[in-house]
Amino acid sequence: MARRRVKLIFGRELVTEPVIYQLGKNYEIVSNIRRADVTRDEGWVLLELTGEPDELEKGVAYLESRGIRVEPAEGDLVE
Amino acid sequence: MTRVIGMRCRECGTDYPVQATHVCEMCFGPLDVVYDYDAIKRAISREKIAAGPPSMWRYRDLLPVEDDVPVVTLGEGFTPLVLAERLGAELGLSRLYLKNDTMNPTNSFKDRVVSVAISWARAHGFETIGCASTGNLANAVAAYSARAGLESFVFIPADLEPAKIISTSVFGPNLVAVRGNYDQVNRLCSQLVESYPWAFCNINVRPFYAEGSKTLDFETAEQLGWQVPDEVIIPIASGCQFVKHHRAWGELLDLGLAEGERQPALTGAQALGCAPVYNAWRDGTDQVMPVKPDTIAKSIAIGNPSDGTYVIRMARETGGVVEAVSEQEIVDSIKLLARTEGIFTETAGGVTIGVLAKLARAGRWKGNETIVAYVTGHGLKTADAVAGPDGTAHRFEIDPTLKSFREVVEV
Repeated sequence: MARRRVKLIFGRELVTEPVIYQLGKNYEIVSNIRRADVTRDEGWVLLELTGEPDELEKGVAYLESRGIRVEPAEGDLVE
Repeated sequence: MTRVIGMRCRECGTDYPVQATHVCEMCFGPLDVVYDYDAIKRAISREKIAAGPPSMWRYRDLLPVEDDVPVVTLGEGFTPLVLAERLGAELGLSRLYLKNDTMNPTNSFKDRVVSVAISWARAHGFETIGCASTGNLANAVAAYSARAGLESFVFIPADLEPAKIISTSVFGPNLVAVRGNYDQVNRLCSQLVESYPWAFCNINVRPFYAEGSKTLDFETAEQLGWQVPDEVIIPIASGCQFVKHHRAWGELLDLGLAEGERQPALTGAQALGCAPVYNAWRDGTDQVMPVKPDTIAKSIAIGNPSDGTYVIRMARETGGVVEAVSEQEIVDSIKLLARTEGIFTETAGGVTIGVLAKLARAGRWKGNETIVAYVTGHGLKTADAVAGPDGTAHRFEIDPTLKSFREVVEV
Protein backbone atom coordinates (compact mmCIF):
# COMPACT_ATOMS: atom_id res chain seq x y z
CA MET A 1 0.00 0.00 0.00
CA ALA A 2 1.14 3.52 -0.74
CA ARG A 3 -0.09 6.86 0.49
CA ARG A 4 -0.13 10.33 -0.99
CA ARG A 5 -0.83 13.70 0.55
CA VAL A 6 -2.69 15.84 -1.95
CA LYS A 7 -4.47 19.14 -2.16
CA LEU A 8 -7.56 19.21 -4.34
CA ILE A 9 -8.44 22.63 -5.69
CA PHE A 10 -11.73 23.19 -7.45
CA GLY A 11 -13.90 26.00 -8.77
CA ARG A 12 -17.58 26.84 -8.39
CA GLU A 13 -18.86 24.26 -10.87
CA LEU A 14 -17.44 21.40 -8.79
CA VAL A 15 -18.27 22.61 -5.28
CA THR A 16 -21.54 20.65 -5.26
CA GLU A 17 -20.10 17.48 -6.87
CA PRO A 18 -19.37 14.52 -4.52
CA VAL A 19 -15.98 13.83 -6.13
CA ILE A 20 -14.32 12.37 -3.03
CA TYR A 21 -17.20 9.92 -2.65
CA GLN A 22 -16.86 8.98 -6.32
CA LEU A 23 -13.12 8.50 -5.88
CA GLY A 24 -13.67 5.92 -3.16
CA LYS A 25 -16.51 4.25 -5.06
CA ASN A 26 -14.71 3.93 -8.40
CA TYR A 27 -11.21 3.03 -7.13
CA GLU A 28 -9.69 1.03 -4.28
CA ILE A 29 -8.66 4.20 -2.49
CA VAL A 30 -9.24 5.22 1.12
CA SER A 31 -9.37 8.98 1.55
CA ASN A 32 -8.98 10.87 4.82
CA ILE A 33 -9.68 14.61 4.95
CA ARG A 34 -7.22 16.58 7.11
CA ARG A 35 -8.18 20.18 6.36
CA ALA A 36 -10.50 21.99 4.00
CA ASP A 37 -11.85 25.39 3.08
CA VAL A 38 -14.88 25.35 0.80
CA THR A 39 -16.96 28.38 -0.08
CA ARG A 40 -19.73 28.92 -2.59
CA ASP A 41 -17.27 29.83 -5.34
CA GLU A 42 -14.21 27.67 -4.77
CA GLY A 43 -12.57 25.27 -2.38
CA TRP A 44 -9.58 23.20 -1.43
CA VAL A 45 -9.31 19.97 0.51
CA LEU A 46 -6.18 18.40 1.98
CA LEU A 47 -6.50 14.64 1.69
CA GLU A 48 -4.49 11.59 2.52
CA LEU A 49 -5.04 8.90 -0.11
CA THR A 50 -4.11 5.29 0.65
CA GLY A 51 -4.12 2.46 -1.89
CA GLU A 52 -2.02 0.45 -4.30
CA PRO A 53 0.28 2.72 -6.39
CA ASP A 54 -1.53 1.92 -9.66
CA GLU A 55 -4.89 2.63 -8.12
CA LEU A 56 -3.66 5.96 -6.72
CA GLU A 57 -2.41 6.96 -10.17
CA LYS A 58 -5.77 6.11 -11.71
CA GLY A 59 -7.65 7.92 -8.97
CA VAL A 60 -5.61 11.11 -9.37
CA ALA A 61 -6.08 10.93 -13.15
CA TYR A 62 -9.83 10.61 -12.56
CA LEU A 63 -9.88 13.70 -10.34
CA GLU A 64 -7.91 15.67 -12.93
CA SER A 65 -10.26 14.49 -15.68
CA ARG A 66 -13.11 16.04 -13.66
CA GLY A 67 -11.35 19.40 -13.76
CA ILE A 68 -9.88 19.28 -10.26
CA ARG A 69 -6.37 20.54 -9.77
CA VAL A 70 -4.37 17.97 -7.79
CA GLU A 71 -1.24 19.35 -6.10
CA PRO A 72 1.13 18.03 -3.42
CA ALA A 73 -0.39 18.92 -0.04
CA GLU A 74 2.77 20.62 1.14
CA GLY A 75 3.26 22.75 -1.99
CA ASP A 76 6.46 22.97 -4.02
CA LEU A 77 9.91 24.05 -3.07
CA VAL A 78 11.78 23.24 -6.28
CA GLU A 79 14.45 25.89 -6.74
CA MET B 1 24.16 23.85 24.60
CA THR B 2 21.11 21.98 23.29
CA ARG B 3 19.04 24.66 21.63
CA VAL B 4 16.70 22.65 19.37
CA ILE B 5 13.99 21.16 21.54
CA GLY B 6 11.59 19.87 18.92
CA MET B 7 9.41 20.69 15.93
CA ARG B 8 5.96 22.26 15.80
CA CYS B 9 3.21 22.49 13.21
CA ARG B 10 2.69 26.07 12.05
CA GLU B 11 -1.04 25.40 11.54
CA CYS B 12 -2.31 23.28 14.43
CA GLY B 13 0.57 23.55 16.92
CA THR B 14 1.14 19.79 17.26
CA ASP B 15 4.61 19.08 18.67
CA TYR B 16 7.04 16.51 17.27
CA PRO B 17 10.50 15.29 18.32
CA VAL B 18 13.40 16.35 16.10
CA GLN B 19 13.31 14.18 12.96
CA ALA B 20 13.63 14.35 9.19
CA THR B 21 10.07 15.26 8.31
CA HIS B 22 8.42 18.41 7.09
CA VAL B 23 4.66 17.87 7.28
CA CYS B 24 2.33 17.57 10.25
CA GLU B 25 0.70 14.14 10.32
CA MET B 26 -2.46 15.65 11.78
CA CYS B 27 -3.26 18.55 9.44
CA PHE B 28 -0.50 18.44 6.77
CA GLY B 29 0.72 21.89 7.85
CA PRO B 30 4.44 22.77 7.66
CA LEU B 31 6.75 21.98 10.59
CA ASP B 32 9.13 24.52 12.10
CA VAL B 33 12.13 24.00 14.35
CA VAL B 34 11.46 24.90 18.01
CA TYR B 35 14.32 26.49 19.95
CA ASP B 36 14.98 26.92 23.65
CA TYR B 37 15.15 30.72 23.50
CA ASP B 38 15.92 31.02 27.21
CA ALA B 39 19.10 29.00 26.70
CA ILE B 40 19.94 30.95 23.54
CA LYS B 41 19.45 34.25 25.33
CA ARG B 42 21.96 33.21 27.98
CA ALA B 43 24.50 32.15 25.35
CA ILE B 44 24.28 34.76 22.61
CA SER B 45 25.62 38.32 22.52
CA ARG B 46 26.84 40.82 19.95
CA GLU B 47 30.38 40.31 21.27
CA LYS B 48 30.22 36.53 20.84
CA ILE B 49 28.93 36.95 17.31
CA ALA B 50 31.70 39.44 16.46
CA ALA B 51 34.30 36.96 17.73
CA GLY B 52 32.86 34.17 15.55
CA PRO B 53 34.03 33.01 12.12
CA PRO B 54 33.69 35.36 9.12
CA SER B 55 30.85 33.25 7.72
CA MET B 56 27.17 32.73 8.48
CA TRP B 57 28.20 30.24 11.19
CA ARG B 58 28.91 33.19 13.52
CA TYR B 59 25.12 33.02 14.16
CA ARG B 60 25.23 29.35 15.05
CA ASP B 61 23.35 29.94 18.32
CA LEU B 62 20.28 30.64 16.15
CA LEU B 63 20.72 27.70 13.77
CA PRO B 64 19.50 24.09 14.27
CA VAL B 65 22.99 22.52 14.30
CA GLU B 66 24.25 21.81 17.81
CA ASP B 67 27.67 23.02 18.97
CA ASP B 68 29.35 19.60 18.93
CA VAL B 69 28.45 18.91 15.30
CA PRO B 70 31.15 19.56 12.67
CA VAL B 71 29.57 21.82 10.06
CA VAL B 72 29.86 21.35 6.30
CA THR B 73 31.11 24.72 5.12
CA LEU B 74 32.67 26.39 2.11
CA GLY B 75 32.76 29.80 3.79
CA GLU B 76 29.18 30.73 2.89
CA GLY B 77 27.57 33.92 4.06
CA PHE B 78 28.91 37.16 5.52
CA THR B 79 28.52 38.59 2.04
CA PRO B 80 28.88 42.35 1.44
CA LEU B 81 26.12 44.79 2.32
CA VAL B 82 26.70 47.54 -0.22
CA LEU B 83 25.48 51.14 0.10
CA ALA B 84 24.09 51.61 -3.42
CA GLU B 85 24.67 55.32 -3.97
CA ARG B 86 24.40 55.35 -7.76
CA LEU B 87 21.36 53.08 -8.00
CA GLY B 88 19.85 54.94 -5.06
CA ALA B 89 20.35 58.26 -6.84
CA GLU B 90 18.46 56.93 -9.89
CA LEU B 91 15.60 55.80 -7.67
CA GLY B 92 15.57 58.74 -5.25
CA LEU B 93 16.73 56.65 -2.28
CA SER B 94 19.61 57.96 -0.18
CA ARG B 95 19.95 54.91 2.04
CA LEU B 96 19.56 51.98 -0.31
CA TYR B 97 21.58 48.86 0.52
CA LEU B 98 22.13 45.71 -1.50
CA LYS B 99 22.89 42.41 0.21
CA ASN B 100 25.16 40.89 -2.41
CA ASP B 101 24.60 37.16 -2.04
CA THR B 102 26.07 36.50 -5.48
CA MET B 103 29.36 36.28 -3.54
CA ASN B 104 28.57 32.90 -1.98
CA PRO B 105 30.71 29.82 -2.84
CA THR B 106 28.39 28.57 -5.61
CA ASN B 107 27.20 32.11 -6.31
CA SER B 108 23.74 31.99 -4.81
CA PHE B 109 21.85 32.32 -1.55
CA LYS B 110 21.27 28.55 -1.65
CA ASP B 111 24.68 27.89 -0.09
CA ARG B 112 23.34 29.17 3.23
CA VAL B 113 20.43 26.76 3.42
CA VAL B 114 22.30 23.79 2.00
CA SER B 115 25.19 24.23 4.43
CA VAL B 116 22.71 23.96 7.32
CA ALA B 117 20.75 21.07 5.73
CA ILE B 118 23.78 18.91 4.99
CA SER B 119 25.42 19.66 8.35
CA TRP B 120 22.21 18.57 10.08
CA ALA B 121 21.72 15.53 7.82
CA ARG B 122 25.27 14.21 8.26
CA ALA B 123 25.03 14.62 12.03
CA HIS B 124 21.79 12.63 12.01
CA GLY B 125 23.26 9.68 10.14
CA PHE B 126 22.24 10.39 6.55
CA GLU B 127 24.73 9.19 3.96
CA THR B 128 22.95 10.42 0.83
CA ILE B 129 21.66 13.90 0.04
CA GLY B 130 18.96 14.58 -2.55
CA CYS B 131 17.21 17.51 -4.13
CA ALA B 132 14.97 18.51 -7.01
CA SER B 133 16.25 21.65 -8.63
CA THR B 134 16.25 23.98 -11.59
CA GLY B 135 19.80 25.18 -11.03
CA ASN B 136 20.94 27.01 -7.92
CA LEU B 137 19.96 24.34 -5.41
CA ALA B 138 21.51 21.66 -7.65
CA ASN B 139 24.83 23.55 -7.68
CA ALA B 140 24.84 23.96 -3.91
CA VAL B 141 23.77 20.39 -3.06
CA ALA B 142 26.36 18.89 -5.41
CA ALA B 143 29.15 21.12 -4.10
CA TYR B 144 28.39 20.73 -0.39
CA SER B 145 27.86 16.96 -0.72
CA ALA B 146 31.30 16.75 -2.31
CA ARG B 147 32.73 18.82 0.53
CA ALA B 148 31.06 16.53 3.10
CA GLY B 149 32.10 13.33 1.34
CA LEU B 150 28.47 12.27 0.99
CA GLU B 151 26.74 10.76 -2.02
CA SER B 152 24.16 12.96 -3.70
CA PHE B 153 21.27 12.54 -6.10
CA VAL B 154 20.24 15.68 -7.96
CA PHE B 155 17.03 15.53 -9.98
CA ILE B 156 16.64 18.04 -12.81
CA PRO B 157 14.25 18.48 -15.72
CA ALA B 158 15.80 16.84 -18.81
CA ASP B 159 15.57 20.08 -20.79
CA LEU B 160 17.65 22.12 -18.31
CA GLU B 161 20.21 24.39 -19.99
CA PRO B 162 23.60 22.66 -20.66
CA ALA B 163 25.55 25.27 -18.65
CA LYS B 164 23.55 24.47 -15.51
CA ILE B 165 23.99 20.72 -16.03
CA ILE B 166 27.75 21.09 -16.43
CA SER B 167 28.18 23.41 -13.44
CA THR B 168 26.44 20.83 -11.26
CA SER B 169 27.93 17.64 -12.72
CA VAL B 170 31.49 18.84 -12.12
CA PHE B 171 31.01 18.16 -8.39
CA GLY B 172 30.28 14.48 -9.09
CA PRO B 173 26.66 13.99 -8.01
CA ASN B 174 24.35 11.32 -9.43
CA LEU B 175 22.62 13.68 -11.82
CA VAL B 176 19.20 12.38 -12.86
CA ALA B 177 17.52 14.13 -15.80
CA VAL B 178 13.76 13.55 -15.61
CA ARG B 179 11.69 13.71 -18.78
CA GLY B 180 9.11 16.10 -17.35
CA ASN B 181 8.62 19.64 -16.10
CA TYR B 182 9.76 21.07 -12.76
CA ASP B 183 6.56 20.13 -10.97
CA GLN B 184 6.84 16.53 -12.14
CA VAL B 185 10.46 16.35 -10.93
CA ASN B 186 9.39 17.54 -7.51
CA ARG B 187 6.51 15.10 -7.34
CA LEU B 188 8.79 12.21 -8.22
CA CYS B 189 11.10 13.26 -5.38
CA SER B 190 8.15 13.38 -2.96
CA GLN B 191 7.56 9.71 -3.80
CA LEU B 192 11.26 8.78 -3.62
CA VAL B 193 11.59 10.21 -0.13
CA GLU B 194 9.08 7.60 1.07
CA SER B 195 11.22 4.77 -0.36
CA TYR B 196 14.87 5.75 0.19
CA PRO B 197 16.68 6.78 3.40
CA TRP B 198 17.93 10.02 1.90
CA ALA B 199 17.91 13.60 3.13
CA PHE B 200 16.12 15.63 0.47
CA CYS B 201 17.03 19.27 1.10
CA ASN B 202 13.75 20.62 -0.22
CA ILE B 203 11.51 17.88 1.19
CA ASN B 204 12.10 15.93 4.41
CA VAL B 205 14.87 18.13 5.85
CA ARG B 206 13.15 21.33 4.74
CA PRO B 207 12.53 22.62 8.31
CA PHE B 208 16.29 22.61 9.03
CA TYR B 209 17.32 23.73 5.54
CA ALA B 210 15.01 26.73 5.69
CA GLU B 211 16.51 27.99 8.96
CA GLY B 212 19.70 28.89 7.05
CA SER B 213 17.75 31.70 5.35
CA LYS B 214 17.76 33.65 8.61
CA THR B 215 21.47 34.35 8.36
CA LEU B 216 20.80 36.89 5.58
CA ASP B 217 18.90 39.02 8.10
CA PHE B 218 21.35 38.46 10.94
CA GLU B 219 24.17 39.68 8.72
CA THR B 220 22.15 42.62 7.44
CA ALA B 221 21.41 43.71 11.00
CA GLU B 222 25.02 43.36 12.11
CA GLN B 223 26.33 45.17 9.03
CA LEU B 224 23.90 48.02 9.71
CA GLY B 225 25.31 48.37 13.23
CA TRP B 226 22.48 46.29 14.69
CA GLN B 227 19.83 48.66 13.38
CA VAL B 228 16.58 47.39 11.83
CA PRO B 229 16.03 48.72 8.29
CA ASP B 230 12.69 50.23 7.32
CA GLU B 231 11.99 47.78 4.52
CA VAL B 232 13.50 44.66 2.95
CA ILE B 233 12.79 43.52 -0.62
CA ILE B 234 12.82 39.73 -0.99
CA PRO B 235 12.30 37.51 -4.06
CA ILE B 236 9.44 35.03 -3.61
CA ALA B 237 9.66 31.50 -4.98
CA SER B 238 8.13 29.00 -2.54
CA GLY B 239 7.92 31.75 0.08
CA CYS B 240 9.92 29.57 2.48
CA GLN B 241 12.75 32.11 2.61
CA PHE B 242 10.35 35.01 3.24
CA VAL B 243 8.80 33.25 6.24
CA LYS B 244 12.22 32.68 7.77
CA HIS B 245 13.20 36.32 7.29
CA HIS B 246 10.15 37.21 9.35
CA ARG B 247 11.27 34.76 12.02
CA ALA B 248 14.83 36.10 11.96
CA TRP B 249 13.90 39.75 12.53
CA GLY B 250 11.59 38.63 15.32
CA GLU B 251 14.45 36.71 16.96
CA LEU B 252 16.83 39.66 16.66
CA LEU B 253 14.33 41.96 18.37
CA ASP B 254 13.16 39.48 21.01
CA LEU B 255 16.72 38.60 22.01
CA GLY B 256 17.69 42.28 22.19
CA LEU B 257 20.39 41.93 19.54
CA ALA B 258 18.93 44.48 17.13
CA GLU B 259 17.64 47.92 18.03
CA GLY B 260 14.24 48.87 16.78
CA GLU B 261 10.60 49.13 17.72
CA ARG B 262 9.33 46.79 15.03
CA GLN B 263 10.22 44.39 12.24
CA PRO B 264 11.16 45.89 8.88
CA ALA B 265 8.36 45.96 6.33
CA LEU B 266 8.85 42.74 4.37
CA THR B 267 8.06 43.19 0.69
CA GLY B 268 7.90 40.29 -1.78
CA ALA B 269 8.93 40.31 -5.44
CA GLN B 270 7.65 38.00 -8.17
CA ALA B 271 7.85 37.76 -11.95
CA LEU B 272 4.47 38.33 -13.60
CA GLY B 273 5.13 35.12 -15.55
CA CYS B 274 4.89 33.17 -12.30
CA ALA B 275 3.07 35.30 -9.76
CA PRO B 276 0.67 33.17 -7.69
CA VAL B 277 1.42 35.11 -4.49
CA TYR B 278 1.17 38.50 -6.19
CA ASN B 279 -2.13 37.45 -7.79
CA ALA B 280 -3.61 36.59 -4.39
CA TRP B 281 -2.24 39.83 -2.86
CA ARG B 282 -3.75 41.87 -5.70
CA ASP B 283 -7.10 40.13 -5.27
CA GLY B 284 -7.12 40.77 -1.53
CA THR B 285 -7.12 37.11 -0.51
CA ASP B 286 -4.57 34.90 1.19
CA GLN B 287 -5.71 31.85 -0.79
CA VAL B 288 -2.90 31.28 -3.28
CA MET B 289 -4.05 29.53 -6.45
CA PRO B 290 -1.34 27.60 -8.35
CA VAL B 291 -0.22 28.84 -11.79
CA LYS B 292 1.81 27.37 -14.63
CA PRO B 293 5.20 29.19 -14.65
CA ASP B 294 6.29 30.99 -17.80
CA THR B 295 9.17 33.33 -17.03
CA ILE B 296 12.91 33.74 -17.57
CA ALA B 297 13.27 33.96 -13.77
CA LYS B 298 13.38 30.17 -13.53
CA SER B 299 15.11 30.00 -10.16
CA ILE B 300 12.02 31.50 -8.50
CA ALA B 301 9.37 30.02 -10.83
CA ILE B 302 7.31 28.01 -8.34
CA GLY B 303 3.74 27.60 -9.54
CA ASN B 304 2.42 26.06 -6.31
CA PRO B 305 4.39 27.84 -3.56
CA SER B 306 4.52 25.96 -0.27
CA ASP B 307 4.45 29.11 1.88
CA GLY B 308 2.53 31.57 -0.30
CA THR B 309 -0.29 32.11 2.17
CA TYR B 310 2.14 32.92 4.98
CA VAL B 311 3.98 35.42 2.76
CA ILE B 312 0.76 37.37 2.26
CA ARG B 313 -0.02 37.41 5.97
CA MET B 314 3.52 38.48 6.93
CA ALA B 315 3.76 41.17 4.25
CA ARG B 316 0.46 42.58 5.49
CA GLU B 317 1.42 42.33 9.17
CA THR B 318 4.77 44.13 8.70
CA GLY B 319 3.46 46.85 6.38
CA GLY B 320 5.12 45.41 3.28
CA VAL B 321 3.55 44.66 -0.10
CA VAL B 322 3.82 42.03 -2.83
CA GLU B 323 4.61 43.36 -6.30
CA ALA B 324 5.48 41.79 -9.67
CA VAL B 325 7.38 42.81 -12.79
CA SER B 326 7.31 41.89 -16.49
CA GLU B 327 10.00 39.99 -18.38
CA GLN B 328 11.26 43.23 -19.94
CA GLU B 329 11.45 44.90 -16.52
CA ILE B 330 13.52 41.94 -15.26
CA VAL B 331 16.06 42.34 -18.07
CA ASP B 332 16.13 46.14 -17.71
CA SER B 333 16.70 45.81 -13.98
CA ILE B 334 19.61 43.38 -14.36
CA LYS B 335 21.24 45.95 -16.65
CA LEU B 336 20.37 48.86 -14.35
CA LEU B 337 22.00 47.15 -11.37
CA ALA B 338 25.09 46.20 -13.37
CA ARG B 339 25.43 49.68 -14.91
CA THR B 340 25.04 51.58 -11.64
CA GLU B 341 26.63 49.32 -9.04
CA GLY B 342 28.88 46.83 -10.84
CA ILE B 343 26.86 43.87 -9.57
CA PHE B 344 25.73 41.27 -12.09
CA THR B 345 22.70 39.36 -10.89
CA GLU B 346 20.69 36.50 -12.34
CA THR B 347 17.06 36.89 -13.38
CA ALA B 348 15.75 36.41 -9.81
CA GLY B 349 17.83 39.44 -8.78
CA GLY B 350 16.34 41.27 -11.75
CA VAL B 351 12.92 40.59 -10.25
CA THR B 352 13.99 41.99 -6.87
CA ILE B 353 15.59 45.11 -8.33
CA GLY B 354 12.66 45.49 -10.74
CA VAL B 355 10.17 45.54 -7.88
CA LEU B 356 12.41 47.93 -5.91
CA ALA B 357 12.54 50.31 -8.89
CA LYS B 358 8.83 50.00 -9.59
CA LEU B 359 7.87 50.83 -6.01
CA ALA B 360 10.41 53.69 -5.79
CA ARG B 361 9.16 55.26 -9.01
CA ALA B 362 5.56 54.91 -7.80
CA GLY B 363 6.48 57.02 -4.76
CA ARG B 364 6.31 54.37 -2.06
CA TRP B 365 9.16 55.99 -0.08
CA LYS B 366 10.06 59.56 0.91
CA GLY B 367 13.71 58.88 0.06
CA ASN B 368 15.52 58.80 3.41
CA GLU B 369 14.33 55.39 4.60
CA THR B 370 16.79 52.52 4.98
CA ILE B 371 15.84 50.03 2.27
CA VAL B 372 17.64 46.71 1.76
CA ALA B 373 17.27 44.53 -1.35
CA TYR B 374 18.41 40.90 -1.26
CA VAL B 375 20.31 40.06 -4.46
CA THR B 376 20.36 36.29 -4.28
CA GLY B 377 22.19 34.89 -7.33
CA HIS B 378 24.97 35.69 -9.80
CA GLY B 379 24.30 36.85 -13.36
CA LEU B 380 26.62 34.32 -14.98
CA LYS B 381 23.98 31.70 -14.15
CA THR B 382 21.55 33.32 -16.60
CA ALA B 383 23.85 35.44 -18.78
CA ASP B 384 21.78 34.65 -21.88
CA ALA B 385 18.94 36.75 -20.42
CA VAL B 386 20.84 39.94 -21.20
CA ALA B 387 22.35 38.83 -24.52
CA GLY B 388 21.37 40.60 -27.74
CA PRO B 389 19.35 38.92 -30.51
CA ASP B 390 22.54 37.41 -31.98
CA GLY B 391 23.44 35.81 -28.66
CA THR B 392 26.15 38.31 -27.85
CA ALA B 393 26.33 41.97 -26.81
CA HIS B 394 26.96 45.40 -28.35
CA ARG B 395 30.60 46.09 -29.13
CA PHE B 396 32.73 48.10 -31.57
CA GLU B 397 34.44 45.82 -34.10
CA ILE B 398 37.57 47.33 -35.64
CA ASP B 399 40.77 46.48 -37.53
CA PRO B 400 43.93 46.46 -35.39
CA THR B 401 44.87 49.99 -36.50
CA LEU B 402 44.62 53.43 -34.94
CA LYS B 403 42.83 54.62 -38.08
CA SER B 404 40.10 52.03 -37.74
CA PHE B 405 39.63 52.85 -34.05
CA ARG B 406 39.23 56.56 -34.85
CA GLU B 407 36.78 55.82 -37.65
CA VAL B 408 34.53 53.49 -35.70
CA VAL B 409 34.70 54.57 -32.08
CA GLU B 410 33.51 57.99 -31.04
CA VAL B 411 35.52 59.18 -28.06
